[in-house]
Amino acid sequence: MNWGLIFSNATYVALSSSAAAYALIAIGINVHIGYTGLLNFGQAGFAAAGAYGMAIPIATFGWHWSAAIASSIFFAVLLALILGAPTLRLKSDYLAIATIAAAEIIRISMMSVRFTWFTGGTDGKKGFSKFLVDANPFGDTRYKFFSQSVNGYSLFITIISWVLVAIFGSLVYFMMRGPWGRTLRGIREDEIAVKSLGKSTTTFKMQSLILGGVIGAVGGIILAAEKQSAQPMEYGTTLTFFAFTIVILGGLATARGPIIGAILFWFILQFVDNVLEQVARNKLAPTWLVSGNNFGQVKFILAGFALALLVIFRPQGIFGNKREMSFDSR
Amino acid sequence: MTPASRVVADAVPGSSKETPILKVDGLRREFGGLVAVDIEHLEVQRGAITALIGPNGAGKTTAFNLISGFDTPTAGTTWFDGADTSGISGHKLAQMGMVRTFQLTRVLTRLTVLENMMLGATHQIGEKPWTSPLRFLWRKQDAEIRERAEELLKRFKLDHVAHEYAGNISGGQRKLLEMARALMVGPRLVMLDEPMAGVNPALKQSLLGHVKNLQAEGMTVLFIEHDMDMVHEIADWVVVMAEGRLIAEGTPDQISNNRAVVDAYLGEHQGTSFLEDA
Repeated sequence: MNWGLIFSNATYVALSSSAAAYALIAIGINVHIGYTGLLNFGQAGFAAAGAYGMAIPIATFGWHWSAAIASSIFFAVLLALILGAPTLRLKSDYLAIATIAAAEIIRISMMSVRFTWFTGGTDGKKGFSKFLVDANPFGDTRYKFFSQSVNGYSLFITIISWVLVAIFGSLVYFMMRGPWGRTLRGIREDEIAVKSLGKSTTTFKMQSLILGGVIGAVGGIILAAEKQSAQPMEYGTTLTFFAFTIVILGGLATARGPIIGAILFWFILQFVDNVLEQVARNKLAPTWLVSGNNFGQVKFILAGFALALLVIFRPQGIFGNKREMSFDSR
Repeated sequence: MTPASRVVADAVPGSSKETPILKVDGLRREFGGLVAVDIEHLEVQRGAITALIGPNGAGKTTAFNLISGFDTPTAGTTWFDGADTSGISGHKLAQMGMVRTFQLTRVLTRLTVLENMMLGATHQIGEKPWTSPLRFLWRKQDAEIRERAEELLKRFKLDHVAHEYAGNISGGQRKLLEMARALMVGPRLVMLDEPMAGVNPALKQSLLGHVKNLQAEGMTVLFIEHDMDMVHEIADWVVVMAEGRLIAEGTPDQISNNRAVVDAYLGEHQGTSFLEDA
């Protein structure tokens, strides 16, 4: 077992731009479920709206990148309005159903063969990343990171994405510390009580849905930017549930929870992956359990098991407040 | 009790009051074929404590929900403070100064008692997503809100649990918190849905004092209650509902001797007057 390599790989992945993108997507989910109590199971849809909302205008219509990013945010806001308007007056379950369906509709539409000229189909939408390549100050050189090497473009995107995580992470922290955040947390506990105190709870919920959705869209942009391609399979339900795992791991309704959660999640996943791979290669475990063909799946079995244990024994996550989580809100 | 706060009106259902703060006309709510509320006319006197009584299922809470905008009437018009408020939603009515509490307390469990209170203040500068992160905008106002909240908590003897999660305080304290929180809105009409239900006698007395205080501070109180002793003690005026309709109105003494009211309760109280021996 080469522990040095395993740790270096895991750290590399934990600090990658993918981890940062997941952190952003999780920050958005945390605004919804952690602070406001909105059950959004379609965060992947917001990420996809972000990615395609930028990729298509540039690649197909030749828009300037700044207009394309504005379009990306516009589509995230639009999606929030479409999902929220009919469901936010109802119980939270309805939003959950609407969001999970909308996210799948978006993903499947993007994969549609008929619209391949427009969406890129299953191959993904490419040809939008020139502005990023041009802006990259690190060139094509490869940089050493322990036993890994990073090319200039990846390093550039990684730095941008973590800066965005810092910006949106602190923005959410400061927003939630103020009276607006207090009202959102009140709505999470008992919407009718907050309404009786003169707050338009539907407005607050819509604002929260938009904020979290836009942050999720920024995460989606990063996912597309790092591969220079918006890939439809990237924006499936797995993305949403990984983001949920990240938020719960880090601690719901805490500002640093989703960020630390994303780093840990990707570290653990890569760590287990590498350990299993070496176990399989060196035949340290019976092949019916771990082999070169199945360690990828075993990794997720173990990760799922770990998550189940986490929820049972530490529902508040790593940074969550045990006292705050100790009584049921409903 | 100041003489001005006494209600001068005829003791008949739907009688007009001198200076009503609340008026209801043809208020009706049907659930399928069932008519839960059917109030022809009701006026509530400004500055008075009015009790709304009636047997279980009389439609008191439904009427409360309709008046406070938490349920939509099948038909009917409501006026609050001279303005037509039909079809206006609950949060807007609260902003206009009509605040209600709930039969089953609704405290925000994973917020602290102080946060519960501070949330109740209206027109907060920092309540917009774009102002919330800019502390310098709302800092001063928030400090004032906090001061007002702490004052109220002291008055309601909740100051020692101000930093506890509201989920950790007792049932009686929750009742107090809900009443105190309603006052944060700065209401002119306070509607209390069974404020004394399920609390011990000592706390009942203190709640009673608080309700009287509201009146002394110029607020109008409309409350639902079952305990006739309580009604006698604090109410200036009593409105009786049965089967969705108003069946009587009058001072507590007039109501105790009202044949229609006694009959309405008879089904539950086998011949004896519930109102006399309650």
